[in-house]
Amino acid sequence: MSDLNSHVVIVGAGHAGGTLAALLRQFGHAGAITLVGDEPIPPYQRPPLSKAWLKGEADADSLALKPLEFYAGENIDFRPDVRAVKLERSARKVRLSDGGELTYDKLVLATGARAIALPIPGADLDGVLFLRTAADAEALKAAVGPGKRLAVVGGGYIGLEVAASGRALGAEVVVLEREERLLARVACEVLSTFFRDYHEQRGVTFELGASVVGFEGSGGRVTGVKLSDGRVIACDAAVVGVGAHPNDELASESGLETARGVVVDLEARTSDPNVFAIGDVAHRPMPIYGRMFRMESVPNALEQAKQAACAITGRPAPAGEVPWQWSDQYDLKLQIAGYAFDVDEIVVRGDPKSGKFAVFHLNGDQVQSVEAINAPPEFMMGRQLIGNRKRVDKQKLANPAISMKEVAA
Amino acid sequence: MAKITYISFSGTETTVDVKPGLSIMEGAVKNNVRGIDGDCGGACACATCHVYVDEAWRAKTGERSAMEESMLDFAENVEANSRLSCQIKVTEELDGLVVRLPESQS
Repeated sequence: MSDLNSHVVIVGAGHAGGTLAALLRQFGHAGAITLVGDEPIPPYQRPPLSKAWLKGEADADSLALKPLEFYAGENIDFRPDVRAVKLERSARKVRLSDGGELTYDKLVLATGARAIALPIPGADLDGVLFLRTAADAEALKAAVGPGKRLAVVGGGYIGLEVAASGRALGAEVVVLEREERLLARVACEVLSTFFRDYHEQRGVTFELGASVVGFEGSGGRVTGVKLSDGRVIACDAAVVGVGAHPNDELASESGLETARGVVVDLEARTSDPNVFAIGDVAHRPMPIYGRMFRMESVPNALEQAKQAACAITGRPAPAGEVPWQWSDQYDLKLQIAGYAFDVDEIVVRGDPKSGKFAVFHLNGDQVQSVEAINAPPEFMMGRQLIGNRKRVDKQKLANPAISMKEVAA
Repeated sequence: MAKITYISFSGTETTVDVKPGLSIMEGAVKNNVRGIDGDCGGACACATCHVYVDEAWRAKTGERSAMEESMLDFAENVEANSRLSCQIKVTEELDGLVVRLPESQS
């Protein structure tokens, strides 16, 4: 069922929201589209913020999903620097921070996630930075340079990408990680060890099992990070990359079902048939794994934007995709497909020392996820195997002399 | 500015001005040319920006990198003149470049 003349209001002008607006027009939606974002610039890609942007290899133009003129040209009312403050579903109204209000036929929540702030002393000192927005990236870029000391709190993707970029810019980098290994929430131990070695060889210092209890400063500016063991790691700037919290308050306060994220189905529809949620804010089904999950990745933002666009314009739902993500550090390309749920065995294919290998996570002889470093065939075929649930011969999988195409045949 | 022509699978030609420094993929996506997805934004991580470079331009557009070669291996209908368009940077030298688009990107 569709109404190609309905007014669609999209709250959140990030990757998911921006992509959805464009897809609606592409799919023939003729009604009004209002795209509300709390940043001053049109939708843009965040992944380059920790990489090309930081290294000065990208500018605002290259980051933008579409040039600003695109929105007016497609009759999309793009409202930057405005935040939605209240959702009244019975009246189908969204109240805005500038005092205005919007009445919708269909509402899409694409409010994303915000960087988690450490509630510790000194967190508001100048130079204690996050990396979520273009504005954050601007501040971080100014703080990194030859000889500058950068303390990175968090050994996850953000932390490691910033560390790699920091080193490329000649900064001294110390990464402080609470767990005993890097990428603890998102990757296996083989990878943790590999990345630690790779970074250390390039001059990054790690403090693992390090709890950060405060930031020290002088004249309002950060000068060090204090650890629970009493040591202070001196720095000129600190980046906090310890995770992100979904911006689901607008939804929960309006009575929509949330579970650390707005609960949706495979059409990105919430518990209210006229309200959708997509991207980092959404808690969605993962049919391959038989569970619900919130994914923080560009591919998920794109997939859910497609789901919502199809649902709103009356097209059949798009084919399910195998979730995937990537991270670039130095000359390493890490590509991950799937999630390591219900894993009973791992198979390493290739030699980590060569800088080109993959780790497959299996449930019996089915691939649940694959982490590939500079190994596109392993990533691409692994992704296919995760999707089609084919059983693999683990001996062949572990043998790089047998091509992935053959393994997956 | 360099003029880049994208020819869709059905034969529709679209010519756009692309700022040097952007990739052929970005030139398409930012100018709303259909047929190139570029899901990963140019990170050579998804193989959804596949194009065929017109013979006359193959020398000027350069060679595939090892990573690009590897990823391209998994696109469909790959030919000798196939490239991942996120890996071709636009320069004034490429003014007039013509690329053809595949039937689909996935």
